[in-house]
Amino acid sequence: MSRIISRRAVIASGLTLVAGAAAVRLAGRYNLIPPDSGGLYGIGETLTYAAQRLLIGKHALAREFGRGDISRVIPVNGTPPETEIYDRLLVGGFADWRLRIDGMVARPTDFSLADLQRYPAHTQITHQACEEGWSFIAEWNGVRLSHVLDLVQVDPRARYLMFFAFDGWHESIDMIDALHPQTFLAYGLNGRELPPEHGAPVRVRVARQLGYKSVKFLSRVVVTDSLEQFGKGVGGINAEYGYSWWAGI
Amino acid sequence: MGKPRRSATVRLTHWISAIGILALIVSGTAILFAHPRLYWGETGAVGTPALIDLPIPFMLGHSGWGRYLHFLAAWLCLASGLIYLVHALASGHLRRDLVPARAELKLDEVRRAVSGHLPGNDADRPSLHSYNVVQRVSYLTVVFVLGPLALLTGLAFSPALASVAPVIVNMFGGQQSARTIHFFVAAAIVLFVLVHLVLVCTSGFRARMRGMI
Repeated sequence: MSRIISRRAVIASGLTLVAGAAAVRLAGRYNLIPPDSGGLYGIGETLTYAAQRLLIGKHALAREFGRGDISRVIPVNGTPPETEIYDRLLVGGFADWRLRIDGMVARPTDFSLADLQRYPAHTQITHQACEEGWSFIAEWNGVRLSHVLDLVQVDPRARYLMFFAFDGWHESIDMIDALHPQTFLAYGLNGRELPPEHGAPVRVRVARQLGYKSVKFLSRVVVTDSLEQFGKGVGGINAEYGYSWWAGI
Repeated sequence: MGKPRRSATVRLTHWISAIGILALIVSGTAILFAHPRLYWGETGAVGTPALIDLPIPFMLGHSGWGRYLHFLAAWLCLASGLIYLVHALASGHLRRDLVPARAELKLDEVRRAVSGHLPGNDADRPSLHSYNVVQRVSYLTVVFVLGPLALLTGLAFSPALASVAPVIVNMFGGQQSARTIHFFVAAAIVLFVLVHLVLVCTSGFRARMRGMI
């Protein structure tokens, strides 16, 4: 009896090892390994990212709600940047603000707020949760990031977008989320212009991930095929502070 | 059958799950402490009414390790749980050792099984060879109710999974409801673990550990 079990166990663990090695190779080839895949915790991160990327596909839309579902309380997390540059832009109504998009693009471009507002406007009423546990539903108004990326002509070899913000933050998403129809450059919240405490003049809205991926106070977007060159190479400040890079949870 | 011992798969998956569940409880507590308020429905935040305001200060707001550990431990428990489940079905462990016989489900039998766990009643001390009705029902509850419910309510937090399968969050009545149910399921698992540990100690610790390692 016990000999049968141990033989079975040997065969099972052998098969598991082979399957595991094959899975790692495949995951690498199909971009299923997140930038924070190092160390023991990286095993969990890789499993979660790969499983969710395979399960959700490119086009599934985050749940949308009705106007009646919009939360009365939209919590404010953190304060606007206290830098001279940001203050000056704020006082000037962001007329001098430019969003630089460069990196692996054919046409690096500086976009003004008026430019972005001239492009086809979209609206989503979606649920946003903070990793701490609280959440709200709000209407976001903006332009699809994919529209702007078409204008700058992204190199097909590009894999990530790195966002830089006026508060010194940087954070990245993969190209699937970058091109997702609910990923916005949002300049409006509940039909009004985006207030400073929620990320004026423009914040990213990534509907299928936790709130910390929706970078506020956007200043620059770099299109890239590797995240290793930024900071500690794990994909952004949140991951450097010990938060999962993939926040689809 | 000189020294009663559980099968290798049961022993292995038991200890892997034990490590995983301990890690889930520790990391889950750290995550809870970042926002120890529970809500019902889709949304909730400070400034909105809470279903339960736990008497815990807001702290550990920057406990990223808690999230990393929670997911790693959840994968460990899932893998170990699936191996256990396949084994339990294939080997007959489920049918033979876990599903209670009809005769065992009588009140007298349950009373006898419970008193067998208490000190002083050596006659009804739970056997080392099989589980009594209280053990059977509580293990089945953990494996088939609490475990899957903890997993499902946890997955319901995911905006990514909700995009492709909205039912996963809608069936719990919203993301905050799922979080609240997740809390109560976790509390039930903690209660099970505590009672389990006490009973292992009170009903022959050494013999029971010998059967499990």
